[in-house]
Amino acid sequence: MIYTAENSFDDISGKVVADFGCGCGTLGVASSLLGAEHVVGIDIDPQSLEIASQNAEDLEVGINFIWSDIKNLKLRGPLVDTVVMNPPFGTRKKGSDMEFLCMALKVASRAVYSLHKTTTREHIKRTALRDYGAKSAEVLCELRFDVPQLYKFHKKKEVDVAVDLWRFVP
Amino acid sequence: MRLLTHNMLSSNIRGVVNGFPLGIEAEKVVEREVELSAEFLRGVFPKIEWGALVAGARALGHPDLLPGEADASMLASDDFLRRFHRALLQLHVEEGALVCPETGRRFPINKGIPNMLLHEDEV
Repeated sequence: MIYTAENSFDDISGKVVADFGCGCGTLGVASSLLGAEHVVGIDIDPQSLEIASQNAEDLEVGINFIWSDIKNLKLRGPLVDTVVMNPPFGTRKKGSDMEFLCMALKVASRAVYSLHKTTTREHIKRTALRDYGAKSAEVLCELRFDVPQLYKFHKKKEVDVAVDLWRFVP
Repeated sequence: MRLLTHNMLSSNIRGVVNGFPLGIEAEKVVEREVELSAEFLRGVFPKIEWGALVAGARALGHPDLLPGEADASMLASDDFLRRFHRALLQLHVEEGALVCPETGRRFPINKGIPNMLLHEDEV
């Protein structure tokens, strides 16, 4: 994902990148390794941030983490070039994927890279272009996530989810 | 937390009209060297709120690092670029707090991570 962002679109190297809902920091770390000048990772869960911090330290990459709810964070727009994210899909808390997308399009000045369920493709495109001010919304490719039973609310042992990788221009 | 991050953060407490810039209480500051990129600095300069950066450098114990005012012509100077680079990217607040300029509410910083979670009555 980050590799494509950098090699096809030059959206990472030398840029300020924000990872919304960074979890263990994977996307932020990848951005840093691919040459992002400054990376900010934001998450609401302190345990994830602890792990993310450790990961960044182990890999010797400097990432600034912020402990916050993405809805309540106010980031001064022009400074962030690119937002990368693997947001919650909105299966537990309905609409959380859209909240993330809305915030991301407000903050990014160059591009937003995001993952959303393929089943929501038309809704995402329409909402991004019509309501969130996106100039363009493109599915770069379709992926299949093999999600193992990770959380208590997961009922099946494993599920195959079709996921779109999107590039939005704010 | 770098001053570049501080330059993007605002207090979003309900009722606050202008939550930027946040005040900084620095209890532990470290400096980590990173490679200077003149291209990056020249590109980011017009987006930086200079006053907030100067106040930040002062709060971090470097009151004389930056000129009070700056314009793009200074970017031609290597000395200015080095100072700008140091303030923006090399100084880190590890422990301390960010302070809402209107309400005085403190957002603690631990291990370099500011806690910007709002309480229920602040949303």
